[in-house]
Amino acid sequence: MKPNKNIILKNWPIFIVIIILSVSPFRMNNYWIDVFFFFGIYALLGLSLNIVLGEVGLFDLGHMGFMAIGAYTTAILNTHFGIPIIFLMPVSALAAAGFAWLVCSPIIHLRGDYLCIVTIGMGEIVRLTLINNPFGITGGPNGVFGIDFLSFGGPLVIDSSIESYFVIWIVVGLTILALINLQRSRIGRAWNCIREDEIAAESTGIDVRYYKLLAFVLGAGLAGIAGNIYASKLMIVSPESFSFIESCMLFCIVLIGGMGSIPGIIIGSAAVSLFPEIFRAFARYRMLIFGAAMVIMMVFRPGGIWPRKRGSVEFKSLLTKAGEDNV
Amino acid sequence: MFKDSSLNTEKLVESKPGEERIKIVQKIALETQKLTKKFGGLIAVNNFDLKVNRGEISSLIGPNGAGKTTVFNVITGLYQGDGGKVIFKGEDLAGKKPHRIIAKGIARTFQNIRLFSNMTCLENVMAGQHCRSKEGTWSSIFRTSYQKKEESEIRKIAKRLLQRVGLWKFGDELAKNIAYGNQRMLEIARALASNPDLLILDEPSSGLNDKESEDLMKFLKSLLKENLTILLIEHHMNVVMGISDWVTVMDEGKKIAEGVPEDIYHNPLVIEAYLGKEEEEEEEI
Repeated sequence: MKPNKNIILKNWPIFIVIIILSVSPFRMNNYWIDVFFFFGIYALLGLSLNIVLGEVGLFDLGHMGFMAIGAYTTAILNTHFGIPIIFLMPVSALAAAGFAWLVCSPIIHLRGDYLCIVTIGMGEIVRLTLINNPFGITGGPNGVFGIDFLSFGGPLVIDSSIESYFVIWIVVGLTILALINLQRSRIGRAWNCIREDEIAAESTGIDVRYYKLLAFVLGAGLAGIAGNIYASKLMIVSPESFSFIESCMLFCIVLIGGMGSIPGIIIGSAAVSLFPEIFRAFARYRMLIFGAAMVIMMVFRPGGIWPRKRGSVEFKSLLTKAGEDNV
Repeated sequence: MFKDSSLNTEKLVESKPGEERIKIVQKIALETQKLTKKFGGLIAVNNFDLKVNRGEISSLIGPNGAGKTTVFNVITGLYQGDGGKVIFKGEDLAGKKPHRIIAKGIARTFQNIRLFSNMTCLENVMAGQHCRSKEGTWSSIFRTSYQKKEESEIRKIAKRLLQRVGLWKFGDELAKNIAYGNQRMLEIARALASNPDLLILDEPSSGLNDKESEDLMKFLKSLLKENLTILLIEHHMNVVMGISDWVTVMDEGKKIAEGVPEDIYHNPLVIEAYLGKEEEEEEEI
C-alpha cells in the first residue's frame, strides 16, 4: 500500500493518536512509560479477547490461561534451553493456540453461561497446574525467573522501558491492522453472524463449530504473544499474574469499550490500566469506584463507550462505483 | 446468476439406465423417503414421503402442529432425522450438517424471521454468500489481491440482490430497523445469495398484508424462470392455491393427500383435517 494523502486526511484522529503515542514516551518518566507499557499489554489482551467475546459472543472468562501458556512457554524454553525470545514469540503463540484448540474442541458447542463456567475452570486449572510445579519446570508459586530481554540480534536489545514501550505498541498496531482486515472479510462477517443468531448462521452456510474454534485459536495465539512480551519485559513469570481477577478485567475491557469495537477496546484497556494509576490517591476505593463505574456504564451505555459502527464502508464503495443507483 | 443444475442430473442419468427412470429423476428436484422424526415419545413426522418437482412451486400445507416445519428442519439439517432419506441431486442428505446442505444448493428462510439484526442489510446478504466464497483467515488478514477481488464480487452480487427485492435503499440500515415486510424480503434475498437450486420458504406470507403477500408471490413466480425450484409451507389456503403447481397435505406427521391445487381443494380428507369432522363439532357443542 502506498501512502495516500486521502487516507491521512480521512483518518486524522487515528494519526493524531499515533503521533501522540510515539512522541509521548520521550516526555514521560520511566514510571509512566511502564504504565503505558502495561496499557499496551492490556490492549493486546483486550484485542485478543475481543475476537472471542466481542466478535463471536463467546463468554470466555479464562483468557489469562492462554496468556499464561504463552508466558510460561517463553520462560521455560528460554531459561532451560537458551532459545532467544524473538524466536519464542511465534512458538508461544502456537503453544497457546494449540492449547486452545485442544481444550476448546470438546466444549465449543456449549452456549452462553455454560461455556463461561467451563472457561473459568480452564483458566483456574492452568494456574493451579503452574503452582503445583509439574515435572519441576514451572517453579511452583515462585515462577520462573531470569528470562532474557527481547533481542533482535547484535546490539539491538530491548532492555529499557522506552524500547519495550515501542515493542508492545508496534505489536498492538499490527494486531489492530490485522483485526480490521478480518472484520471486513467473510471471516469477520461469519463471526458476527454467529453472535447474532447461531441457527440462522448455520443455515446460511457458516460452519459454526469451525469459526468458533478459529476465534478461540486466534484469540489464544494473540494472548500467547502478549505473554511472551510480558515475560521478557518482567524477566519473571509467576502464577499469581494470571489470576481469575485478571481474566475478569479483560472481560470488563471488552464490555466497557464495546463488543467488537477496536477503538472501544483501546479505551477500555486505558480505563482498566491507566485510571488506577491516575487515581492512585484513592487506591483504597479503587474497586468501589470501578464497580460503580461499571454499573453506571451498563445503565447508560449498554453497548459500551464506543460501540462498533456497522456498514457504510462497504455500502459507500458500491455507491461511488455507479452513482446512478443512488435511489 | 443461478447456475445450471443439469450437470448433476446427467451424471445420475448415466449411472441409472432405463428411460422412465430418467424422466422421473430429471423431473424431481427433492424427494424424501419415509422421513421420520421423533421428539421423545411423540412422532412428529411419520414415514413422510415428499416430492418436489424441478422448476415448480410446491407447497406443504396442513393444520397447526402437523409437522410441516419439522420436515423442513430435517431437510435442511437443523434436526437429525430418526429415519428415512432426503434425496437431492441423487445424494442422500439425511444427517448432514446445515452448512453442508446449503452448499449442496438448498437454502431456506424461517417462520419467525431470523436475520442478523445488528448487521446491515448489505452485510446480511453478503453473509448469505458465505458458502460460495472461500478466502481464508490468512488471505483476509493480509488482504491479498485475490481476497479483495472476491470481496468486491460478493458486494456486487449482494447489491444486485438487494436491488431485485427493492431494498437497496436500505442497504446501509441495520436489519432490525427495517419494516417487517422488508425483513421477510431481506431474508429471502439472503437465502438467494447462496445461489440455491431449491429455495425452501417457511410461511413466507405470515405477517404480511394482502398487497405484500401478493407482491411476494409474484416475486416467487419470477424466480422460477431462473432454474430455481421452490418449496413452501403456507397457512393461507388461497395463497397456496393461487401459486402452487403441486400441493402436499400433511396432518399429524403423515401425508394425507397430494395433487394439483384443484384436487386438493375438494379432497374430503383435507377439508376434514382443516375443519374437523361434522359429528365431532356437534359433540363439542
